[in-house]
Amino acid sequence: MTRLLAVEPTANYYLVLAAALFTIGAVGLLVRRNVLVMFMCVELMLNAANLTFVTFARELDDIGGQAIVFFTLVVAAAEVAVGLAIIVAIFRRRRGATADDIRLLRG
Amino acid sequence: MDSRDLLDLIWVVPGLPLLGAVVLLFFGKRIGEPAAGWIATLMMTLSFAASVVAFLALRDLPADERFHGYDLFTWIPSGGFQVEMGFLADPLSITFILFVTGVGALIHLYSVGYMHGDPRYARFFAYLNLFAASMLVLVLGRNFLVTFLGWEGVGLCSYLLISFWFERNSAAVAGKKAFVTNRVGDFGFMLAMFLIFARLGSLDYGVMNEGAADLAQGTATGIALLLFLGAVGKSAQFPLHVWLPDAMEGPTPVSALIHAATMVTAGIFLVARAHPFFEASDSALTVVAWVGAGTAFFAASIALVQVDVKRVLAFSTISQLGYMFLALGVGAYGAAIFHVVTHAFFKATLFLGAGSVIHENADGQDMRTMGGLRKFMPYTSIAFIVAWLAIAGVPPFSGFWSKDEILAKAFFADDYGLWAIGTVTAALTAFYMGRTVYLVFFGNERFRAATADVAEEAAPEAPHVRDHAGSLESPIVMPYEEPAPARLDHDPHEAPPIMVAPVVILAVLGAVGGLLSLPFTSLEFLVHWLEPVFEGVEEIHADSFQSAFVLSTVSVVFAVVGIGVAVLLYRRGLTAPDADPLPKRLPGVSRVLEHDWYVDEGVSAAVAGPGRKGADWLSDGFDRQGVDGLVNGVATLVRQAGGGLRRVQSGLVRNYALGVVVGTAALLLYLLIRAG
Repeated sequence: MTRLLAVEPTANYYLVLAAALFTIGAVGLLVRRNVLVMFMCVELMLNAANLTFVTFARELDDIGGQAIVFFTLVVAAAEVAVGLAIIVAIFRRRRGATADDIRLLRG
Repeated sequence: MDSRDLLDLIWVVPGLPLLGAVVLLFFGKRIGEPAAGWIATLMMTLSFAASVVAFLALRDLPADERFHGYDLFTWIPSGGFQVEMGFLADPLSITFILFVTGVGALIHLYSVGYMHGDPRYARFFAYLNLFAASMLVLVLGRNFLVTFLGWEGVGLCSYLLISFWFERNSAAVAGKKAFVTNRVGDFGFMLAMFLIFARLGSLDYGVMNEGAADLAQGTATGIALLLFLGAVGKSAQFPLHVWLPDAMEGPTPVSALIHAATMVTAGIFLVARAHPFFEASDSALTVVAWVGAGTAFFAASIALVQVDVKRVLAFSTISQLGYMFLALGVGAYGAAIFHVVTHAFFKATLFLGAGSVIHENADGQDMRTMGGLRKFMPYTSIAFIVAWLAIAGVPPFSGFWSKDEILAKAFFADDYGLWAIGTVTAALTAFYMGRTVYLVFFGNERFRAATADVAEEAAPEAPHVRDHAGSLESPIVMPYEEPAPARLDHDPHEAPPIMVAPVVILAVLGAVGGLLSLPFTSLEFLVHWLEPVFEGVEEIHADSFQSAFVLSTVSVVFAVVGIGVAVLLYRRGLTAPDADPLPKRLPGVSRVLEHDWYVDEGVSAAVAGPGRKGADWLSDGFDRQGVDGLVNGVATLVRQAGGGLRRVQSGLVRNYALGVVVGTAALLLYLLIRAG
């Protein structure tokens, strides 16, 4: 087996990557106004969490982490189905999909 | 049948008048005029017969077993609180039902004639029957709650009957006054029941008899005084006596029923029935005795100057009830009950006699416009005079024996103060009753219409038309008109036989009623009969026969002096309706007395002045600003907090997301700090 990288990737690498992805997702969710983009940011955060689970599953030699990922995927799939439907509905109703314009439920 | 089986049927005694009341309430209109009265009278007579049977049955039992309780059904079955609808036949209750039904039946009979032509004839008899039934339930009750049921029934019926002629505002007001004043006493009765149940766990009289002696001194005093408050309200003792004079607004047979047989004797009965509590507390007994003595004197003094014949009798009832409480207070229960019975006889005679006089005097009740009626109403006047001698304490009439018994017991219990007040009051009693008799039946004839203008001149000074301070309606006593001017344009004549007969029977009873209990060994029938009830009560014995004899002589002398003064002053009647010699000689005193010692005015002023201010403060300061302010304050606080917090709900998804991020970060920070 040939080495593609000079260093052996340790668990830390994956965790840092997951943290980076999660942060990108979180910040994106806060700063972007397009509903679709915000939705993708949420997906990014979910998958960052998945990556963390898998990393720890391997590191601790515990299949539980991988099992949880399946659940997450299922939940994410369901969320996508509902969320996309809502977004499509929003697009049909109005021209854009800026999150700040959709604030009928303000107090 | 065994006599105990017979006594199981004791519920028939109140049941019969109750049945009469129900029948007359539903079918009275259809039954119509004379029949309704006869049905009611028949029910009372049957009830009297049942009472006599009960008396004979109870007498067959050995003396120490004369307590027969019978439970009809369980009234309130609720866990630890069980109340039976039970009746108790013992010497005390049997004594009461005998004279309640007996005197009651005679008053019913009299009413058949008196109420002739009244548009609500049947209704009157329904109320009358209900009144008697309530009183019978009261005295026959086996526990405090059944007694209270009758107690409230009596209060209700008195309200209905006093304001029977409610078209007259004064009658409606008098009924309300009686009801409200009685409420004050009922409140004491109820609190006493709560206390009894809390301490003894039962309202049964049997439990009371056994448990009362073991109560703490303070508890016994509290229960006794609260019960006494109830008795004060019902029996019209100072300061709750104010309703009784105004109760004269009712038809005269009602006054007779209230004063003689039912209602006012309920207070005496209650104290006698609950005597274990009073025996357990010397201070309560002292209060009872002094309230009684004080009221006896106070009411007798007011009666001296009254011009309305029924008001004189009303105050005399208050005064006589004071004697009874005096007797109860010194522990002479037998003497008190004896006076209740004799008083029922002669006071019923007086009231029914007065009713006949008023009936024949074109409904005028003002004694200043009567006089000389002896010639026109011979039977009534003889009966009235007999009752007068009885109440004045002239031997051998019944009042002498019972009143003398009370005074002797007070003296030999070493309560010389009470004895002195009682003896002075006896003289006052003799005087005011003498004045009444002379103004009504003797002297010059002042009832003719010719004297009307004089009577009208006298009117503005008549005490019963004065205006009371404050917003209370003035209790006007005259029916239909204010000061009745004489307006008879024909000679008065004797009442119809149906009204004369009961009066005469009652007068005979009033004359010989003393035989029930003569103060000689083995002749004290009533006192001996009641002995099992008051077992354990210390008896008061005369020091010697001589001292008892001297005491009797003293009270007779006082009575004769009272009568003598009355005869001297009123022998010739009045030269003019406004020429009463007594107020002329003692103007200051009689002004106070004419205003009933300013009790009514004082109450009115207190209610209208500080009472009103207090109520205003409660309504505005306390309720509107305090209580409402608190409630509204809480509401305002919540509303303002909500108004502030609703800004958080901006509707911007990204704000929420920021909230989530900040929250998570804060949580993480907290966990890190705790872990580190």
